Amino acid sequence: MDSKIDHIKEQLMSGRITRREFAQRLMVLGIAGTSAGTLLTWAEKTQAAGKRGGRLRAGIAHGSTTDTLDPATYENGYMSKINYAIHNHLGEVDHTGNMAPELAESWDAQNGAKTWVFNLRRGVEFHNGKTLDSDDVIASFQHHMGETKSPAKSLLKQVKSIRKDGKYTVVFELSGGNADFPFVASDYHIAIKQAWDGGKISPNDGIGTGPYVLKDMEMGVRFFGTRNPNYFKSDRGWFNELEMLSIVDPTARSNALATGEVDVIDRVDLKTAHLLARKSGIKVEETTGTKHYTFPMRTDTSPFDDNNVRLALKHAVNRDEIVEKVLFGHGVVGNDHPIAPSQPFHAATLAQRTYDPDKARFYAKKAGGIKVKLSAADAAFPGAVDAAVLYKEHAAAAGIEIEVVREPSDGYWSNVWMKKPWGACYWGGRPTEDWMFSTAYMGGASWNDTFWKNDRFDKLLIEARAETNQAKRREMYFEMQKIVSDKGGVVVPMFANYVFGTSDKVAHGTMAGNWDLDGDKFHERWWYS
Amino acid sequence: MSAKFGILVVLIYSIVAIFAPFIAPYGEREILGRSFELWSDKYPLGTDNLGRDMLSRMIFGARNTIGLALSITILAFLLGSLTGMIAAALGGWVDQILSRIVDVLMSIPSLIFALLILSIFGTSVPYLIATITVIDATRVFRLARATAMNVVVMDYVEVARVRGEKLDWVIRKEILPNITAPLLAEFGLRFCFVFLFISALSFLGLGLQPPSADWGSMVRDNASLITFEDITPLLPAGAIALLTVAVNFIVDWLLHKSSGLKDVS
Amino acid sequence: MIHILKIVTQRFALGLLTLFAISLIITFGVELLPGDLAEAILGQGATPETVKVFRTELGLDKPAHLRYLSWLYGMATGDMGVSLANKREISELIGIRLSNTIFLGGFAAAISIPLALFLGILAALYRNTLYDRVVNTFTLTSISFPEFFVAYILILFFAIKLGWFPGISNVSTNLSLGDKLYRSMLPAATLTLVVVAHMMRMTRAAIINLLASPYIEMVRLKGISPMKIILRHALPNALAPIVNVVAINLAYLVVGVVIVEVVFVYPGLGQLMVDSVSKRDIPVVQACSMIFASVYILLNLSADIISIVTNPRLLHPR
Repeated sequence: MDSKIDHIKEQLMSGRITRREFAQRLMVLGIAGTSAGTLLTWAEKTQAAGKRGGRLRAGIAHGSTTDTLDPATYENGYMSKINYAIHNHLGEVDHTGNMAPELAESWDAQNGAKTWVFNLRRGVEFHNGKTLDSDDVIASFQHHMGETKSPAKSLLKQVKSIRKDGKYTVVFELSGGNADFPFVASDYHIAIKQAWDGGKISPNDGIGTGPYVLKDMEMGVRFFGTRNPNYFKSDRGWFNELEMLSIVDPTARSNALATGEVDVIDRVDLKTAHLLARKSGIKVEETTGTKHYTFPMRTDTSPFDDNNVRLALKHAVNRDEIVEKVLFGHGVVGNDHPIAPSQPFHAATLAQRTYDPDKARFYAKKAGGIKVKLSAADAAFPGAVDAAVLYKEHAAAAGIEIEVVREPSDGYWSNVWMKKPWGACYWGGRPTEDWMFSTAYMGGASWNDTFWKNDRFDKLLIEARAETNQAKRREMYFEMQKIVSDKGGVVVPMFANYVFGTSDKVAHGTMAGNWDLDGDKFHERWWYS
Repeated sequence: MSAKFGILVVLIYSIVAIFAPFIAPYGEREILGRSFELWSDKYPLGTDNLGRDMLSRMIFGARNTIGLALSITILAFLLGSLTGMIAAALGGWVDQILSRIVDVLMSIPSLIFALLILSIFGTSVPYLIATITVIDATRVFRLARATAMNVVVMDYVEVARVRGEKLDWVIRKEILPNITAPLLAEFGLRFCFVFLFISALSFLGLGLQPPSADWGSMVRDNASLITFEDITPLLPAGAIALLTVAVNFIVDWLLHKSSGLKDVS
Repeated sequence: MIHILKIVTQRFALGLLTLFAISLIITFGVELLPGDLAEAILGQGATPETVKVFRTELGLDKPAHLRYLSWLYGMATGDMGVSLANKREISELIGIRLSNTIFLGGFAAAISIPLALFLGILAALYRNTLYDRVVNTFTLTSISFPEFFVAYILILFFAIKLGWFPGISNVSTNLSLGDKLYRSMLPAATLTLVVVAHMMRMTRAAIINLLASPYIEMVRLKGISPMKIILRHALPNALAPIVNVVAINLAYLVVGVVIVEVVFVYPGLGQLMVDSVSKRDIPVVQACSMIFASVYILLNLSADIISIVTNPRLLHPR
């Protein structure tokens, strides 16, 4: 028992659980009365609280000289972290995966989730001193609607109109009910920026309401910002200065951390993560989120139009070995649908598909033998080529012949993904089931990389979106996961953790898992102990 | 002495490369154990990240790597030195055209050039060979032309021309023997540049198709371990280095013989 | 002398022609690559609709040859244009990167060329001795390791174990020269190890090649010391191949260092060019390739002139 208490004490001290979770675990352990009281007082005193000061230096795995500050072009992890350093959004995903208010103080659904009213926080200032109001929010949304290059455009297609209702209220009218709209409205692209004369934002001005003020930036090399003295969150944004370097080479990144050139790195090279963790003064941590690695097949192309082929291939992969050798254990096996175990409507009761050469052989025989090419590049996800090579060997045991084609990383997303019949792909995942399914599984969706269409699935998707009864919703999402898993065109062998390294001087609370490094908001949420 | 050492090493490498399937304890792509198993009786050099036997990969790697490097280097030398000598011997507009083409090709950074070609045409082995051959040949051309230029202006070449000797005779009998030395020296180095180029290509996600083993990519795949004092990547890198040293020792020996110096040890 | 001047002018004209040819090849090479800037920047987030809007915004809907012609016109009038991706003036974008690249290349050259000549001459002098073999083995080993691997080994020893130098070269413009040298020590050392063997071996080979010539025999018979023979009589005549190899390696130090830049996070031109190729930012690729090509052409021209000056037969062709 004592060791268990010590364990949760340690978790609290390191910030892996909150005080409330600490109390809950005490209850689970059956501790009550005075001893619990003492422990809770201790917890209150101990729980890490933010401390102001210092300069945080981070080494980030992305970044290119062609990046721009325009929110419509944010595509990589480097720009995403800059985005969250200088901008805020209507809401933010918190460490429990729920939507918490940010620039919107509250929101309200009306008319069967077809009308959404967002009440803005008052007195929030942009870095140049201008106060935020509803015109800014409307202009920021319009940047991603109509004639635009923004990837958020397809998300906002459901918005019929936006109008302001006074200085601090914005009303959205949707074409259909969407119970998850606050998530959509807080998509990372939709950074809230100032509306200049003419009612448009100036996308490259680098001015937001966020925790750090942009001082100096060389694209693809370095970002430098200082603390926003007027930041509206009093308990966030602890560092005086923030420096982010783009360090694309994984070895260079871990060297930079090991030699103390930076304090935080993302995307630790999994091959050497255990060795890095052994170094003194360095912590390697991970969060579980919705990131998953997939092998989508084009179901409109032979031989993948035959579900027997798809089922054979789904049974022909040894997921455990791939998790062990490609993720080095930093992840969990997937069940051929995109909903992560951490998500509220994950179908835990759905039987886990396992490596079964006999079943694979059975389906392959029904399909009349299988001989296919699998395209992969490490641009798809780190270790994609290795995963494909393992897949090839697994399938060979079932008499299925896979030829692995290593494609150039250069231009992978425009030349291979959704072009070649079968390839490797990665999804950062989406915070809600509806969003994920609508993005990549609904018939005709822009990013439906399996070109799959299932009428029953599409019908359920629309219904579940507007359904407000949680139990009914759960049932629908369960059925949808089963349909994708049994009939869909995607092999989802694994969900990958976000693994990152920090100096042990850096402290944090319970972390969010929606993106790397605490939801890409490490600079706002962490501090120096 | 060092020449004998060189020959011995090259001989061993060739035997390993030719008889790889009989020497290697396991298959090239066979997945046997866990990732990065330590050295043991079962796996003499441990296993790689996918759990394949390192020793077997090294042995099969010899085959792919040496074969590729040898064919590319020989092709590049044939192409480069021949055109270089022709350019020097003929001079005039032939020289101009060839030299300008080479200038153009060499002024484009080689990695960018390879990236362009391989991204457009794909990374199959023939294209890989062709691309690196062309890149290497431009370097050989320059050297061959520059050294041949020095020979062409010699009196004896002049005499031969006046005598009415044909171009191929001049090249074979007069120019080639006199530029063999620098060309040979270059050969030894170009040979190992091929390995390096392939491993640099794997930096950009191009290179040999998996699961074939080649030493350049094996260094790349395991390189990160070296900063944690794990010597695994030194194995393929050492294999390349040993071969390079051996080949260059032989080259030095040949160089010495052809130079006609009497103090050969 | 007039002859040399003539050659120089002629070569400059040819150099311009070469640049023109390269600009054509690069432009249409990148144009041929599948995908364009709009698709590359939007990446996984691209949809046909948004790509179309982006293309119009970037002017990519105009045909390639028109874009090329307007670029060519700009170049001729001294305007490099703006980056498609972030609308920055290319001259400004490239300025800092170029000075960084030249700084690193110059630093590495300042170490490696004297070192290579020195080692090469000694190796020719003491050929086939233990010294010769040790130097040869060491330099050959160092070049048979890929650049990034040499870099990692140096980092292991000098940054992680000894802590003498930083593991990444975070150079910014406002650093003092001393700081800059300190921060770029490891990348420069890596480059030195990579290029020194080639130059050193060529020096050695070229000198040894001459040692058997009759005129050297003659000098030797006069009883002059071997060191003097090499420095006075062999080296000047061996300069042509040596200078050629030095030129190639110098060009490499400027043009080919992208991998060292990546490993040490050094903000140079190579990284900019690779980024721009992979994002299909053609104006930037063109500008970079023009700079690289000019560097290469100038170095070559110098090498050729030195060869000509040192060989009277080439100086006065019949």
